[in-house]
Amino acid sequence: MAAPEGGATGEGASGDGYVPSERRLARERYQRARAHRATAVAALSTLVTAAVLYLVVVGAPGWQRTKETFFSAHYAREALPKVLEGLWLNVRLLLICGVAVLVLGMLIAVARTLRGPVFFPLRVLAAAYTDFFRGLPLIINLMIVVLGVPALRLQGVTVDPVLLGGTALTLTYSAYVAEVFRAGIESVHPSQRAAARSLGLTNRQALRHVVLPQAVRRQVPPLLNDLVSLQKDTGLVSIGGAVDAVRAADIIVGRSLNYTPYIVAGLVFVALTIPMTRFTDWVTARMDRRRAQGGSL
Amino acid sequence: MHPAHRPLRRAVAAATIALLATAVGCAPQPEDSASAAPSGPAAKSCAKGGLATKTSGKLTVATDEPAYEPWFKDGKPADGKGYESAVAYAVAKRLGYDRSAVVWQSVPFNKAFAPGVKTFDFDINQVSISAERKKAVDFSSGYYDVRQAVIALKDGKAAGATDIADLKKLKLGAQVGTTSLDYITDVVKPTREPAVYAKNDQAKSALRNGQVDAVVTDLPTAFYITAAEVTEAKIVGQFENQGGAPEQFGLVLDKGSALTPCVTRAVDALRKDGTLARIEKQWLSDAVDAPVLK
Repeated sequence: MAAPEGGATGEGASGDGYVPSERRLARERYQRARAHRATAVAALSTLVTAAVLYLVVVGAPGWQRTKETFFSAHYAREALPKVLEGLWLNVRLLLICGVAVLVLGMLIAVARTLRGPVFFPLRVLAAAYTDFFRGLPLIINLMIVVLGVPALRLQGVTVDPVLLGGTALTLTYSAYVAEVFRAGIESVHPSQRAAARSLGLTNRQALRHVVLPQAVRRQVPPLLNDLVSLQKDTGLVSIGGAVDAVRAADIIVGRSLNYTPYIVAGLVFVALTIPMTRFTDWVTARMDRRRAQGGSL
Repeated sequence: MHPAHRPLRRAVAAATIALLATAVGCAPQPEDSASAAPSGPAAKSCAKGGLATKTSGKLTVATDEPAYEPWFKDGKPADGKGYESAVAYAVAKRLGYDRSAVVWQSVPFNKAFAPGVKTFDFDINQVSISAERKKAVDFSSGYYDVRQAVIALKDGKAAGATDIADLKKLKLGAQVGTTSLDYITDVVKPTREPAVYAKNDQAKSALRNGQVDAVVTDLPTAFYITAAEVTEAKIVGQFENQGGAPEQFGLVLDKGSALTPCVTRAVDALRKDGTLARIEKQWLSDAVDAPVLK
């Protein structure tokens, strides 16, 4: 809810002897009054909405049982330490796979945007990779990698379900991220590349110093989307038997038939996502501020 | 405020009000189960074939899909083959519903226990009875006394285990939501975190691939796996029951279901007249004893 746009206020007379006119003061009074009214209306409508939702949920005939089954303090207390223990696995996977995905995705994106006929096979391979792994359902990818690769009994290839699961996640997500990067690279205006080349930069230097920095900066929000999505999908490595936050909740649910642990796990994931989002918002805002000042070359 | 925004704002406000009105207008459906829960066997006569079932004159029985051997045969619960399928039809017969009046329904394990209106009369899915679970659902009396067993590859690290201490240092696996997993965490207490699988199928392939040293399942399942599915594995042994009382599978009913006393009485009668023993001999006969791990 944005307050109506007020212009610059005519606060006090700054050295130039400016005195705001009667009309201007009246206008500002009017705008302030409008802003107050808007805030009051927003508060009231929020209250009404909350009250209605509360009454609908709590007044439902099944509320008592729903409350016991989904919001039991006893099971929440039991689940939280176990869920957090499992979450450590999610976080480790997110950090390692996140870095791998960014690097691999960037390489694939660059491979797809290389110019020159000599790179044709590389471009085709990169395009085939993104097409295949973006289309392949993640759960099937995980099944094949986590349960299928060990069946090959290859010497020196790990059978650790977490490592294999991380590999599968990296394969799928680097395909997503490669497309995000490629869109970013292609959204940089050709004049930028032309200007860089005319300054005597090679193709590679132009990409490295002119195109990619602009591309990456534009891609922060969609990249964050993919990272948050990856963070939640790390839980799917539990296919191979590893216990992550969701599986830890699963174990308690299966024993007790009470669903509260799922709620706990869900809230823990949300709590993990929010700081990440705020952090990237802050990074983006800082980059924008720098750019607005003419950038630091 | 630009005048051009006025209609938009009005539209948004109107939509919000309409949405809220819909939310309030959603007439909540009263639950017709828990409120009128008869307690005690005399609450309702268990009239033959005239119980207050979901569909009048029919008995709706649920189980998970896929349905595993030896509990069901060929993944078809409705054909009366396999221990649990046979038990379900025997219970139905006791309640006065012949084969044509039994309707099977596929309900995932977790969904069978969610609050809200149940879509089935009872669920038969190797669910162990426990005091904790009784808070969420009703159980009939137990129709099968179950024990837990350890499976390992014949040439694996766990093959020579003769007692629980031998299993402590190994990587063990079990299916989530099973008492098999509880036996690992509470009885064996291994030093390495157990692997927990969504389905026994994944536990089997992990055992084949050497991702786990041993898998814990109930004894009949263990016999079936070693006999038909993972023939390079063997049963290392079985656990003693925890806490003295035998662990039992029970039929799952909605909490406070009017059918619970009737179904319980039917199961008790089947146990008494030897029907359960006969069905067990027919479908689980090769589940002879395995050495007990102490």
